[in-house]
Formats: sequence, structure tokens, C-alpha cells
Amino acid sequence: MATGERGEGGQAAAPPKIAVIDLYKSFAGREVLRGVNLEVEAGESLVIVGGSGAGKSVLIKHLIGLITPERGHVIIDGEDLTNCEPARCLAIRRKFGMSFQEGALFDSMTVFENIAFPLRRHAHMDEAAIVARVQECLALVHLDGTGGKATSELSGGMRRRVGFARAISLQPEILLFDEPNTGLDPITSAVIDTVILEMRERLDVTMVTITHDMKSAFRIADRIAMLRNGQITAIARPDVFRSLADPYIQKFLTGEPLEEEVA
Amino acid sequence: MSAEQTQVSGVVGVLESVGRKSLGLFEEIGRFFFILHATVYWTFRRPFDGKEWMRQMVRVGVDSLPVVGLTSMFTGMVLALQTYRGFERFHAEGFVASVVSLSLTRELAPVLASLMIAGRVGSSLAAELGTMRVTEQIDALYAMATEPIQYLVVPRVGATTVMLPPLVAIANGLGIFGGYAISVALMGANPVTYWEKTFQYLDLNDVSSGLIKAAVFGLILSVTGCSKGFFTTGGAEGVGRATTSAVVMGSVVILVSDFFLTKILF
Ligand SMILES: Nc1ncnc2c1ncn2[C@@H]1O[C@H](COP(=O)(O)OP(=O)(O)OP(=O)(O)O)[C@@H](O)[C@H]1O
Ligand SMILES: [Mg+2]
Repeated sequence: MATGERGEGGQAAAPPKIAVIDLYKSFAGREVLRGVNLEVEAGESLVIVGGSGAGKSVLIKHLIGLITPERGHVIIDGEDLTNCEPARCLAIRRKFGMSFQEGALFDSMTVFENIAFPLRRHAHMDEAAIVARVQECLALVHLDGTGGKATSELSGGMRRRVGFARAISLQPEILLFDEPNTGLDPITSAVIDTVILEMRERLDVTMVTITHDMKSAFRIADRIAMLRNGQITAIARPDVFRSLADPYIQKFLTGEPLEEEVA
Repeated sequence: MSAEQTQVSGVVGVLESVGRKSLGLFEEIGRFFFILHATVYWTFRRPFDGKEWMRQMVRVGVDSLPVVGLTSMFTGMVLALQTYRGFERFHAEGFVASVVSLSLTRELAPVLASLMIAGRVGSSLAAELGTMRVTEQIDALYAMATEPIQYLVVPRVGATTVMLPPLVAIANGLGIFGGYAISVALMGANPVTYWEKTFQYLDLNDVSSGLIKAAVFGLILSVTGCSKGFFTTGGAEGVGRATTSAVVMGSVVILVSDFFLTKILF
């Protein structure tokens, strides 16, 4: 298992795959991110946790350049995504796959066409190979046989899984998952975790996952980061994270209400 | 609190709202030119999506043909009726044909067809892109390294701009035919002289200036619709607002630019 080496050992040597430097973003005067600093190693699986509305989705959208920050930089493989030519930005984004919190499926297309979309755009595969790959991805998320369905026929959990399948279909270098297993039953949720774990075995995939489910966080993470008050307040390996003294994190782990917020 | 003070705060309030309105207008204009610029930039970059262009051209051109044709034909008919009633008074009935053909090709067919398309196509562009925006489908395109301007906006704006001149050419024909039918059938005009008068004063320049106008209007209304949709915020309600203002703004800008285009192209 490569998990151990990824933690502290390799940090100094290789440059980070993703580097977030002093990121600030506010919406309508409300500061959501206030100086986020974060580095993700190549081949690492990072899980970001935090309260609802803490800005996790906003942060992950910055990583792929969907939102422009007020201040700060997002560096992918040494290239600044916050400051690049449109065509260059597109080329950098080709390294990514992302699944959205609400699925974000193309509703003018079927499930099959949704998953085939990145393959058709970027993979130079023939039709038979595309069909095979789409079927493989559908099977991975336990949705065999739904390829012909319209996206409007799917349940919320099915939409999220199709979004997940679409994100991994091209086997990109960097995968971003925004709450991939929220709203799924425990068994299907474990299926998603297993797929993520299998991908982690491939050393060249870097993953950033947002989740509320601490059990799944401990299962899939090399490191866990806490986003709170617009900053990363803690980042550590799962075993270390579990024993951090921060009262907020302890409440978060046990699922107890915070006194100051209850009062 | 004196009366003077309330008056001052009232004036400030008015100034403030005027300021906000004009800022909003500048923002609107900025977005329009942003989309226009990005569309031109991405039109000449690969890949070229021929299938999508075709689909949009059918949607704009073929599907709009009935409504545009009907509008134009009845306009030609009314025009013949009205000018006949007027020209009769100074015994100039012979010029009805020329008036019908000139006003249709130069002005009415391009403007009316574009207004109809603004209602039909501009609104649906705004609704379509607006829905994709609020359901994060546009973000998903970016995330899959697909430029949404190139994938969505370029074929839609391109198809509308390309399809409006042929639509207007057909509208010209149907309008002139409508005027002819009314004059000959109801007013007892001589079919042969009516036909001659139709083309006697009609230059190629009259027709081509109308077609150029049509292309410009097509560009304006589709860019307006796309920019309204592309910058939609605020869920389903926002999509509704974008759709309405795409039609209103598109129509107003068509009418305003019509004046300046007529001045330039005369
Ligand atoms: N496009 C936007 N416009 C305005 N405000 C926004 C926008 N996107 C996010 N916000 C605000 O930013 C804050 C953080 O939102 P975000 O979606 O990142 O939360 P989150 O941590 O992902 O929460 P959850 O766990 O519920 O998904 C929220 O208060 C939200 O209202
Ligand atoms: Mg979120």
C-alpha cells in the first residue's frame, strides 16, 4: 500500500499536483473563502470536510477554474489556472474529471450520451470502444442497462452516480468529487467508495473529494482537510485527524451539536 | 426631521436608483459585447461542429418559416389595401405595386421577420442556456474541457445570423405576392401592369440592404438571447426573467439599430 509514503515522506521532493495559494472569494459582500492554502500531492486522495455552507463546493470549483477568485492562485502542475489564455485553460482542464453535487447532467442527452460526452470530445476512440467504456463505467456504479434512459427519468442518487461515471470515463489525471455519496443508501455509497479506492491504487490519479460522511472519508482519504470560516483549519492523515484536539473537529466526528451554535 | 431633509433624501433616492439603472445598462452592454467577442473568437477555432450548426439552422430557419411567411404575406396584403385607399385620393393607384415592393424589401420584411424570430428563437435561446446555467450544465461543460461559448453559443448565433437573410428573402416574395393578390383580386388592378410596377423602381440595392439588415438583426437577437441565458442567476425565476428580457431587449435593439443601419445603408 502506497498510502504511507504519500503522507509526509514525499512532500519535499515532488512539486504538488495542485497548489492553492491564499485564495479569497466573496459573494455579494459575504466572504466565503478567506485565504485558503492547500497543496495536493500527485497520486494523493484528499478529502475535504466542513459544515454545510462552509464553501466546500466553492473551493472545489476554484480548483478547476469554474470560479475566478478575487485574490490568490490555483496552480496545476506549475501552471496558473487563474491567469491563463482561454485555449490554455481548456488544455489544463483536460486533465480533470469532476462530478457535481447535483449531477449537472446534460438534460438534452441520454445517460449513455452523457457518459460518452468526454470520450467523444477528447479520446479519439472508435464507436465500439466508446460503447464498451460507457458500459464499463455504468457497471462500476451499478447502473447497468440504464444507458438509454433520459436523465429526467433518474432519481437523485442515480443522477449523482451517472455524474460520477461521466467524471471517471476518460480516466483523467485529477478527479474532483463533490459529495459523490450523499443521499445514497449505505450499500451503494460503499460501492462509490470502492470505486474511489480502486482508482487510488493507480498511482497517477490525484483525487479531491468532498463529503459529509466521515465513515467514507476515513475509508478513502490519504489526508483529510477541514474547511471552516473560509480557511483550512486542519489537514492531517486520517489517524492523526481522528485524534486532533480541536473541539470543533471532535464534535464533527461524533456528530454532536456545538454549544456555541446551540446557545 | 424637517421637510427639507426628507426632500433631500428623496432626491438622493431618485439619483441612486437612476445610477443603479444606468450601471445595470452598462453591465448589460458589457455582457452583450463579451458574448459577441467570445463568439467571434471561438468561431474560427477548431473543432467545427457541423452537425450542431445544421440542427440549429433547421431550428431557426425551417421551423420559423410558417410564422415568418404568414406575417409577411399579411403585411403585404394590408400594405396594398392601405396604400390603395390613400393613393386613390390623388389618382396614383398605379404606384401601389412600387410602394408595396419597396417598403417590404427595404424595411418591413427584415424588421418584422426579425421581431418574430426574436420572440421565437431569442426567447428559447435564453431559456435553454439559462436552464443550463442554473443547473450547472454550463459548469459541467467547462469541467469537461469544452468551451461552452464554442459548443453552445457559436452554432446558435451562427445559425441565426446565416438563416435570417434567406428567411427574409422568402418573406419578401410572399409579401409581394400578398399585395399582388389583394390588388388584383379586390382592387381590380391590372395583373400585368401591377407586376411591371412592382419591379420598375426596385433596385438590387433595396433587396440587398434588406438582407444585410436581416443578418445584422439575426446576430443582435441571438447574441442578446445567448447573453441573457449565459448570465442567468436565481433559479427558475431567473430563467423566466432572462427569457422575457431577451425578447424585450432584442426587439428594442433591433428597432434602434434599424434606424442607424438605414442611415448607413440607405
Ligand atoms: N454563485 C453563488 N452566488 C452567490 N452565493 C454563492 C454562490 N455559490 C455559493 N454561494 C454561497 O457560498 C456559500 C458556500 O456555498 P457552498 O456551496 O460552497 O457550500 P458547501 O460547503 O458546499 O455546502 P454543502 O455542504 O451544503 O454543499 C453559501 O453561503 C452560498 O450561499
Ligand atoms: Mg456543496
